[in-house]
Amino acid sequence: MSTARTWAVALTGVDGHLVEVEADLSNQTPEFRIIGLPDKSLGEAVQRVHNACKNSGLDLPRRRFTVNLSPASLPKHGAGFDLGIAVASLAAGGAIDPRSIAATVHVGELGLDGRIRPVPGVLPAVFAAARAGFGTVIVPRGNEEEARLVPGLEVRAATSLAEVAVWHGADIDVPEVLPVEASAGPVREETAVDLQDVVGQEDAVEALVVAAAGGHHMLLSGPPGAGKTMLARRLPGIMPPLGDHESLEVASIRSLSGEPVAALDRVPPLESPHHSASVAALVGGGSRTARPGAIARAHCGVLFLDEAAEFSRVALDALRQPLESGVIEVHRAGFTAAFPARFQLLLAMNPCPCGNHGVRGAECICPPMAIRRYSTRLSGPLRDRIDIDLQVSRVSASRAMGESTAGMTTSEARTRVSAARERAARRWRSTRWRRNADIPGTWLRQGTLRLPATVRAPLDRALERGALTLRGYDRVLRVAWTMADLGELDRPGLEEVGRALHLRRGLPR
Amino acid sequence: MAAKDELGRAGEERAAQYLTRIGYTVLARNWRCVQGEIDIIASHDGHLAVVEVKTRRTAVFGHPFEAIDPRKRRRLWQLAQAWVAEHPDAARGRVVRLEAIGIIGADPAQGTLEHLVDIA
Repeated sequence: MSTARTWAVALTGVDGHLVEVEADLSNQTPEFRIIGLPDKSLGEAVQRVHNACKNSGLDLPRRRFTVNLSPASLPKHGAGFDLGIAVASLAAGGAIDPRSIAATVHVGELGLDGRIRPVPGVLPAVFAAARAGFGTVIVPRGNEEEARLVPGLEVRAATSLAEVAVWHGADIDVPEVLPVEASAGPVREETAVDLQDVVGQEDAVEALVVAAAGGHHMLLSGPPGAGKTMLARRLPGIMPPLGDHESLEVASIRSLSGEPVAALDRVPPLESPHHSASVAALVGGGSRTARPGAIARAHCGVLFLDEAAEFSRVALDALRQPLESGVIEVHRAGFTAAFPARFQLLLAMNPCPCGNHGVRGAECICPPMAIRRYSTRLSGPLRDRIDIDLQVSRVSASRAMGESTAGMTTSEARTRVSAARERAARRWRSTRWRRNADIPGTWLRQGTLRLPATVRAPLDRALERGALTLRGYDRVLRVAWTMADLGELDRPGLEEVGRALHLRRGLPR
Repeated sequence: MAAKDELGRAGEERAAQYLTRIGYTVLARNWRCVQGEIDIIASHDGHLAVVEVKTRRTAVFGHPFEAIDPRKRRRLWQLAQAWVAEHPDAARGRVVRLEAIGIIGADPAQGTLEHLVDIA
């Protein structure tokens, strides 16, 4: 008899796909059917839509409705389609204006009372709508702040189905109802941690600044109580604040994890999964819907693996692909979801199971085999991707108790890091890379950026002796360039190369 | 006769009048066989209409059409085949189709009447 169509968004990973919601009303005995690969919760939209319409004073005709979600081959999940289905059905039944809904995207779950409930993933959904060129999107009131973060389209927040119907030309009363609020997310502890709190670890603090400036992956090893975790927690603070695009990406991933996003967070995220984490927890998973794992949630920020040697080997090796490509792909039976995963890896580990190996004045009780096994828990390919390998030792009593010389504060460090990153970006402006850590080795070994032989001498010697692989050689060069950027030098000199080599091989005990 | 049967009777009467008015020829009413009963059988333009009439006083307990579920439709098809088998002459050259008439109103003669043609 009649059809009407509107739009909704299906999410696979952080990619939103616009889905056309087509409702057809035919003169048959009453039935309500949803086709187009819905999952269980989407299939149950039938009851929610039916009751929500009735309780909003909008009666659907007692005929057969067929709702098609197109493209039909894309699996769709979640209750976020409820609003689109209800609106398309009402338009097919003649209660609201079909022309009004045709150019609008609807996102929201319906309650039986007709109220619109918040859904996860509103930010990437609205983002997809904006990219597809839509002018208007209707979202649940509880997700309003999140949706408004996306520029370039009109966001209308609705409390109830009746309100939406009236916007589209229905002639009914809008009841006064309380909006359904988004659940309050985990309270992010305001990072009041400052780099100045770190006492007596000048070398480690400097290495941390280098890591932040160049985007270098870092391994901290040292005995318990040396302050590895303390240092790691201070890394996001000294990284430059996220840009508009980056913070939107970070917020999209948070939104997908079901956290309410009220404002763009400019502080790079810090993810520190427990060492019992499974591969699925790191990579992301789920059989029908792919939830982002720790790797994706650390996008544009820091992935901190404390007690890295206690992680399962499989979980650690799952990091190798995203470290290389900056993307993590989750493959499941019906779909492939890709999440962005350009994170900075920070590992911390003890030198041996008891933690005392190599500590002055302490006795290590581990058998040599255990020490050996422990240090090889990080596979070679993973170690190869780590630019800075730093040994941290315990702070001596005199340093800890003595008059504290004020170290670098977080804001000072951040200024230095930002300046260094700008220098690097200027140097690489003709390439597609921006950070020193991303530069291919051939660029640094050949051409105009090749360092003079006198400066390269310690590196060349290490390479000849076999102490460095060629890949390791490139990594030292990258760190040396970052040090030059931090020191406001045009190119690294002998000192920078020497310090970079030192960070590569660890402090001599 | 129970009140609900009387209501149903009155509804069927109204439906038969309505069908005659729009040009149907009523061939049989309340035709019974072992499988059940067909309310109205009528012919119209090369179609043989097997009509199920549902009458309700109010829509509070659901719309009359909601009572015609897939099971009921399947049974109506079986009944239609049984009728065709018994009346080959009347059915020859005609396409069988199912129709439904729903009437809502305490007095079926005055209530609202809805007519669905060719329900699957």
